[in-house]
Amino acid sequence: MGSTWDWQIFLQDTGGGQSYLQWMLSAWGWTLSVALLGLIVALLVGALMGILRTVPSKGLQFLGNAWTELFRNVPLLVQIFLWYHVIPTLFLSLRAIPSFVLVVFALGFFTSARIAEQVKAGINALPKGQRYAGLAMGLTLPQTYRYVILPMAFRIVIPPITSESMNIIKNSSVAFAVSIAELTMFAMQAGEETSRPIEMYLAVTVLYFVSAFAINRIAALIERKLQVPGMGVGK
Amino acid sequence: MNLDFSFVNWGVVSSFIAKGFFYSIQLTLVAMVGGIVVGTLLALMRLSGKKWLVMPAAFYVNTLRSIPLVMVILWFFLLIPLLTGIRMGAEASAIITFTVFEAAYYSEIMRAGIQSVPKGQVYAGYAVGMTYPQCMQLVVLPQAFRNMLPVLLTQTIILFQDTSLVYAIGAYDLFHGFDTVAKNFGRPVESYLLAAAVYFVMCFSLSMLVRQLQKRIQIIR
Repeated sequence: MGSTWDWQIFLQDTGGGQSYLQWMLSAWGWTLSVALLGLIVALLVGALMGILRTVPSKGLQFLGNAWTELFRNVPLLVQIFLWYHVIPTLFLSLRAIPSFVLVVFALGFFTSARIAEQVKAGINALPKGQRYAGLAMGLTLPQTYRYVILPMAFRIVIPPITSESMNIIKNSSVAFAVSIAELTMFAMQAGEETSRPIEMYLAVTVLYFVSAFAINRIAALIERKLQVPGMGVGK
Repeated sequence: MNLDFSFVNWGVVSSFIAKGFFYSIQLTLVAMVGGIVVGTLLALMRLSGKKWLVMPAAFYVNTLRSIPLVMVILWFFLLIPLLTGIRMGAEASAIITFTVFEAAYYSEIMRAGIQSVPKGQVYAGYAVGMTYPQCMQLVVLPQAFRNMLPVLLTQTIILFQDTSLVYAIGAYDLFHGFDTVAKNFGRPVESYLLAAAVYFVMCFSLSMLVRQLQKRIQIIR
């Protein structure tokens, strides 16, 4: 390749009063905030839609199914473009919303379809008798979900949701397309500005590794804390 | 605001969309076939039990699976010309990238599929005097393929959606076609909505087919 490493490039000034290292760390912050806020949206909406897919009402089932299919069958990049270019034009009141928030919702709704799929599978993995037992005891349907089904189902879905949480870190990279200043955007811009793309890409790739690994460890911790005594979850 | 799709006619479709459409299909098919072939080899390496085969395969799969696809696309676009000295267009670069990248994902599916074949069948194969390649080829892989066909196809639908990410290096795919129309005609809202509709119809109908297939080929045990 003919060129040698030049890591001091990270200490060089970008021209805006900060070094490339500072720029990269702030980009890491953007990646983590987009991903984590998106994950919160995804968990809330995904859990709701997943539950709707398992209730007796046909109308609610349809809503849950339609939501899942809609957000699962359009590429994330296209969804981000829809949030960024289409929705503010169609709904003028949303024009003032910063693009960061739009991307959080795009990523969150995209991931919610996958979470809904896992939640539905988790609920269906429980023996049907548990639901009937709850109803037979005189619990209402919401109570049956709250006290009987969900406490078990949510524990079952922790491992697949862990891998979705790692996916959302990776998927947040697609936000580069609408110029969110996250890691991939940084890699592209800084690589070009400094003509040192390899160093920039390597550093960014390492940060993605670190982020995904951290999520993985946190999830493993949560899984252990929430485990029902005497029941190995996911075994 | 009112939507106006009147700018969409056959001329627009044939001059902007068709080219991207065929590239996306080509990219998907090449990456699928290449990915499955390389993925099968990787899976066999990981299941071989020999450390010098397991380690490199595991490293390959785990590394690629931890990096965002956009970064992988950028890496390959940067590194292929640097390492080989061959200047390569974004389209060709993306085809290599997706084959290499998808192999990691397909290999995990293959591994699960191969492991789903009961061990007793392998022993039965050895017992009737088959060698390892014979046993794999005649006993394990045919059943494994059948078990994992729905998952392989689902992964291919995801792959088709992911081809839109070649946007990062400016390759001309289906989405790039709609993006060009959006800019040329100053109609982003209608163009992106159409793009979403096209992807949705294709992916949704494919996933319905996969569901049908899944019901039909379930092995009765």
